[in-house]
Amino acid sequence: MSIAAAHQDDSGEVVLAARNIAKSFGSVHALKGVNFKIHRGQVTTLFGENGAGKSTLMKILSGVLAPSSGDITLDGAPIEFSDTIEAREHGISIIHQELSLAPNLSVRDNVFMGRELTTRTGSVDYAEEARQTQLLMEELEEDIDPLTPVEELRLGQQQIVEIARALSINSRILIMDEPTSALSAAEVEVLFKVIRDLKARGVSIVYISHHLEEALQITDHAVVLRDGVMTAYARREDIDLEWIVRNMVGENFDLGSPPEAQFGDVALSIDSVSVPDASGVDLVRDLSLEVRSGEIVCIYGLMGAGRTELLEAVAGRLNLTGGRVVLDGEDISHLGIAERIRRGLVLIPEDRQRDGLVQTMSVGQNLSLASIGAFTRALFTSPKLENEVIDESIDRVHIKTSGGSAPIGSLSGGNQQKVVIGKMMATHPKVVLLDEPSRGIDIGAKAEVFKLLAERASGGVGVIYSTSEVGECLSVAHRIVVMRRGRIAAEFGPDVTKAQIMAASGEAID
Amino acid sequence: MSKSQTMTDSEGKEHKTPMFGGDFDIVRLLLEGRAFFALIAIIIVFSALSPFYFSLNNFLIMSSHVAIFGLLAIGMLLVILTGGIDLSVGSILALAGVCAGAMMQGLTAEAAGVILYPPVWVVVLLTCLVGAAIGALNGVLIAIFRVPAFVATLGTLYVARGIALLMTNGLTYNNLSGDPALGNTGFDWLGFNRLFGVPIGVIVLAVVAILAALLLTRTPFGRWVYATGGNARAADLSGVPVKFTTVMVYTLSGICAAIAGLVLSSQLTSAGPTAGTTYELTAIAAVVVGGAALSGGRGTIGGTLLGAFVIGFLADGLVIIGVSTYWQTVFTGAVIVAAVLLNSVQYSGRRRRSAGSGTPPSPKPSKPS
Repeated sequence: MSIAAAHQDDSGEVVLAARNIAKSFGSVHALKGVNFKIHRGQVTTLFGENGAGKSTLMKILSGVLAPSSGDITLDGAPIEFSDTIEAREHGISIIHQELSLAPNLSVRDNVFMGRELTTRTGSVDYAEEARQTQLLMEELEEDIDPLTPVEELRLGQQQIVEIARALSINSRILIMDEPTSALSAAEVEVLFKVIRDLKARGVSIVYISHHLEEALQITDHAVVLRDGVMTAYARREDIDLEWIVRNMVGENFDLGSPPEAQFGDVALSIDSVSVPDASGVDLVRDLSLEVRSGEIVCIYGLMGAGRTELLEAVAGRLNLTGGRVVLDGEDISHLGIAERIRRGLVLIPEDRQRDGLVQTMSVGQNLSLASIGAFTRALFTSPKLENEVIDESIDRVHIKTSGGSAPIGSLSGGNQQKVVIGKMMATHPKVVLLDEPSRGIDIGAKAEVFKLLAERASGGVGVIYSTSEVGECLSVAHRIVVMRRGRIAAEFGPDVTKAQIMAASGEAID
Repeated sequence: MSKSQTMTDSEGKEHKTPMFGGDFDIVRLLLEGRAFFALIAIIIVFSALSPFYFSLNNFLIMSSHVAIFGLLAIGMLLVILTGGIDLSVGSILALAGVCAGAMMQGLTAEAAGVILYPPVWVVVLLTCLVGAAIGALNGVLIAIFRVPAFVATLGTLYVARGIALLMTNGLTYNNLSGDPALGNTGFDWLGFNRLFGVPIGVIVLAVVAILAALLLTRTPFGRWVYATGGNARAADLSGVPVKFTTVMVYTLSGICAAIAGLVLSSQLTSAGPTAGTTYELTAIAAVVVGGAALSGGRGTIGGTLLGAFVIGFLADGLVIIGVSTYWQTVFTGAVIVAAVLLNSVQYSGRRRRSAGSGTPPSPKPSKPS
């Protein structure tokens, strides 16, 4: 059945329709001509993997981003939003996945931020704001004093505040981008009750969630995005979980296969490691994992599963509350980052702009940053030796650049990622940790990055990489470890199916 | 120094900003070399206005004034390159001068009942140690205890000035020339003498500048400084000892301020506790005029020296043509604002360029969706 046809003969009043929406960021095409409809008083759920374009689409509908092409009609009339305020005036509001609260302000002030109620004299009507906030909290069955500073609330409660703010606007269309990621099961139940109330009042909801099972409970229309294209559309009664998973992951783009290798000795042993967050709650709990030289291990998990915390703790950036990290038989738990790098353990961080690159330096200086000692003779660095290190790195990880002196900003996202990888490879590591190495790079560069990992592993390096895209588990990894709530939930060989991995992560419970 | 200069140049060539794209190389050249062209312009204008300005002797005298700010600015550059700020250098300068003065007047050792007159080289060494100690205190507060640099150095600004006032009771040490009988003559050599016709202060500035340029461009430490200021988190994960680097730049800034204090009190042959008030601001101005970014990671010794000369030659020129000191203040301020304005034009051009071609704002949200 054709998708377009299915979309056409669907019943129900359409409030908002987006046609052929495309959005590009530089050379990256996040959306490639998506059609999307929102029905009055119904929940439309968007399904898709990371980078499928869900959040980008929602940001366009709520006025955060402007589309590169395509048009939006609201109640049959074409419309353009220049910013979120304009979208809000048309009754469209969004609950962002990243909380957008001012932590220093109270719940009341956050709920009414930017549209403060005023008395006749023009001063802020705090009493009325507090009363309305109180009512919202009661509706959401949350016992939060409107005057509490947001920073004193736990994450789930902050999310409730975010939801309360969106509710207070009395929108006609409410977009919820992962509203439940930090909520407890009881809070999710309350939220769903609120959503049903809103539906009854004629409010349209657009819902995005990674918890497929949970989302299906309230879905009326399901839309699946993949790589910036809408791949499937159906009404709730026509579909099941299996249908969603099948349409989400689609056909495999070949990201390589596990290199044939003889594994050596255990290179890195993570032994009952626990990692706390700022408030002392363990994000990683008593986790043990080993990687042999030449082996590639993939860690899969949802947001908040503790992947990043685990890798950062092993690399020495975060402190452990328990357990130890053993490299080549030596306990390195007490060593600093520099010493761990010297001994052959490196981390390629998740956010390359924030943690990977020095933007003020050239490509070459970034590449040589972790191995300055290798080209220092007595007191001084040798430009000649440094250039050898740089040229070798550019060659080793195949960076497309005009040369080592090019500014780092002149490279594409994929090549910047290769610079971060090349920088750490230049230290000749024994074990490489990569946190979401494929984030924000296009599919071709992804394949190249995984090929690099396979090459390194064949050379005897132990590799651990994390990912939140299930398709990437089934590429070069010899072993797939699924993390869930700080623990290892399951371990698979390379012949596992995507559905099995997703089931183990808690994404799709069957 | 030469390397850092060529680095900037090659960077400039790589960056064809859309704003000054392709054919407008001359505009970019003017922008990149603005401190240099400003200096030339200042020399031409004042030479036209006053017959006394354009002479070797006047340049040397002005340079010995510049030496004080230049020394402070070199230390300040190191700090600013790491993304910090050091407001305490003016006070350290005064405290260093007062310490040197106290030692030249003789240290009373109560227990032994004698007065010690340390030789000048010991005085110089101990004074530098005082500067290093206060700088290190700044660094430890900032790197280890995470006090914001602005606040930590504002605190030491007051403390160092206060100690200098306490030591002298608010008075000034005069007559620092020493006594041949005591074997501690030669302190005024720093400020008054000339080597091959060049004032010693200028030579000191040149030596410190060359050492600092070597440190920045040719040693691992220099690379650490640039990386720390460019992106401390990335530097940390690459094994750069970020905390050590931070403590060291403040320590070096303290030493530079102490050297400046020695040169100044030697030029004046007196050491007062109120010397160097607001000099820290002049030093920051020199660094900024020299093209460094206050956000860290960008800047060169050559640029900073040019910045110091621009400010120094402008101020002295205004004095020579008889402009009132009030107007001098206005002009200096205008030059600083113009420099910062050009800095933001230059760097925002770069950012736009890198935003356009290099790193698109990630199409993916920063958390998995």
